[in-house]
Amino acid sequence: MLSKLTTTLAAVALATGFGISAAEAAGPSDTHITDYDFSFEGPFGTYDQNQLQRGLKVYTEICSGCHGLKFVPIRTLGDPGGPSFSEEQVKVYASEIEVFDRELNDGQGDFRTATPTDHFPNVVAVGAPDLSLMAKARAGFHGPANLGINQLVKGMGGAEYIASLLAGYTGEEKEQAGTVLYENTAFPGGWISMSPPLYGDDVEFDDGSPTDLESTAQDVAAFLMWTAEPKLAARKQMGLTAIIMLGVLSVLLYLTNKRIWAPVKPRKDG
Amino acid sequence: MGGIPHDHYEPKSAGEKWVHRRIPIIGLIYDTLMIPTPKNLNWMWIWGIVLTFTLMLQIITGIVLVMHYTPHVDFAFSSVEHIMRNVNGGWALRYIHMNGASLFFVAVYAHIFRNLYYGSYKAPREITWIIGIVIYLLMMGTAFMGYVLPWGQMSFWGATVITGLFGAIPFVGDALQAWLLGGPAVDNATLNRFFSLHYLMPFLILGLTVVHIWSFHSTGNNNPTGVEVRRTSKAEAQKDTLPFWPYFVIKDLFALAVILLVFFAIVGFMPNYLGHPDNYIEANALATPAHIVPEWYFLPFYAILRAFTDDVWIVMFSSFITGGIIDAKFFGVLAMFGAIAIMAFAPWLDTSSVRSGRYRPMFKWWFWLLVVDFFFLMWLGSMPAEEPWASLSLIATTYWFAYFLVILPLLGVIEKPLARPATIEDDFAAHYGKPGDMTGQRLPGEKAGTPAE
Repeated sequence: MLSKLTTTLAAVALATGFGISAAEAAGPSDTHITDYDFSFEGPFGTYDQNQLQRGLKVYTEICSGCHGLKFVPIRTLGDPGGPSFSEEQVKVYASEIEVFDRELNDGQGDFRTATPTDHFPNVVAVGAPDLSLMAKARAGFHGPANLGINQLVKGMGGAEYIASLLAGYTGEEKEQAGTVLYENTAFPGGWISMSPPLYGDDVEFDDGSPTDLESTAQDVAAFLMWTAEPKLAARKQMGLTAIIMLGVLSVLLYLTNKRIWAPVKPRKDG
Repeated sequence: MGGIPHDHYEPKSAGEKWVHRRIPIIGLIYDTLMIPTPKNLNWMWIWGIVLTFTLMLQIITGIVLVMHYTPHVDFAFSSVEHIMRNVNGGWALRYIHMNGASLFFVAVYAHIFRNLYYGSYKAPREITWIIGIVIYLLMMGTAFMGYVLPWGQMSFWGATVITGLFGAIPFVGDALQAWLLGGPAVDNATLNRFFSLHYLMPFLILGLTVVHIWSFHSTGNNNPTGVEVRRTSKAEAQKDTLPFWPYFVIKDLFALAVILLVFFAIVGFMPNYLGHPDNYIEANALATPAHIVPEWYFLPFYAILRAFTDDVWIVMFSSFITGGIIDAKFFGVLAMFGAIAIMAFAPWLDTSSVRSGRYRPMFKWWFWLLVVDFFFLMWLGSMPAEEPWASLSLIATTYWFAYFLVILPLLGVIEKPLARPATIEDDFAAHYGKPGDMTGQRLPGEKAGTPAE
């Protein structure tokens, strides 16, 4: 009986531990994060190659004006599990980007055409944050009671946060200390200094996918999830392999243990 | 080693004799593995193996991570991203190491509460217990400094808040804090020394772990009854015990496999669940996060730290009698370290003659309340420093101290313990029957027979 209670204690310790640590600052409860369905959710979910390519297009044509992706090497666009560009496509994409090279111009540095081994540029012009890790640097869900247990069901919600933010402008504006702020239902505090970047029909997709606001917001959010966690597929595969192998090992060890103890324990605890 | 009478290693072959005359290392390994272990140990006695395994896991993954990490404020954050993106299997190493810290603390808390319930800290195991507390403190130091290394926002601001605690010490605080940080604020010097110490301390833990194991191999394991193994003769000792190998090694390995299954499910499917999103933002001394929270395993003690504010009477009182030397901040620091230190005194604060909580009807309730209190404090530590959580923290903190300072000493006097089994053999037989008691033998899948059938 007691050993069962203590085992329960351990289980509770585990569960509560997870919940609490994941708990984040109790953000304003009036923010609204839509729980979008993304293809990479769940234990078997992977990135949708087409969606990542669409998201890349949105990023390239709109976001990259202000935001960088300084931790992401351009060559990884060709990695399996990502947008899966061909080698040629990666080269073409790189050739359309200008990067700053410190070595050029006798150490003064100068701009040159990028190659696939370069990273995406670090854009700092207007002080907009780098987006490489944004999907992991925000958690969409915190509840209930700041325990973060709903993340077990919904996921961390980084991509949901980004998509909700992009689609969450109300159209209201106000000026505060010389800055124009825009009302946003997903942003903590409700007012954000970024003007609405997407309105719908901002880009055209070759595959004829919908270009309405919510669809493009989800596409670019999925792309940014990939930039933040490019090894997601390999990670889930490792998790699954480990679970199967450890599951088999556990069963074998359980049977071994039973057999070893059988002569010492003639009957089970009654 | 060990006071329990048992067969010691005798070298048999010529080769063994040759080695044994020069260094008795085979005998040491044999005696360590074959140590007589109380045969009634339950599933709460698996955490030692889990902890030892986790220590090795952390040391090995850590050593490989160091090969790719750069301890410099300009490169630390990007070198972690380099590990995550460019190093083969780097993401796995880092996620295992990161969640390994959480596994370590889950196991250590289970281990500590096991000891508190079964009275494992009581004579003659006080030294084992105190070494354990020292290991726990070193673990906290190691984990804290390790969390600073990725140089994210929580790394930076966590380091600022926690090193600020030393600044609260009267007179020498500011000088001490600057000495610890290597400058007026958390900066490159801090990152470098934390990196150095984060590499050193696991090896101190490893050394102390050896002493920890050595000490309880001298006293023998405690067990769920708290009744000691009979040492009067080898025959009696053998009735109470089984050799560690294979009985407990296989049992512990089974438990370890199940725990690792859960662990790898977390690493594989939700590796960032236990972390804080803000730590994926590079450290920025100019932008303070809205809410600075330590890792989950520090939260109970973080809640105790924050519980003592200026308007608490005991803080006002101590401030008054010390002429303002002990202010709210310093009081909080003392309370936080005191909450851990007080556990070290449990062997002398617990006045009961009965070791195991199993035979202490009143103690049980207070113990489980302490467990609840611990998780409650953990939750409170994650909440903002506002009402009603501040007051609740104070109540929960009060119970933590009251348990050790009032309840444990008092229970020994007023409680009437239940009857304990005379020997471990009796306890084991009551649960599982006597060895060789063939009435219980049955075919696989057959239900145990009862006398009525």
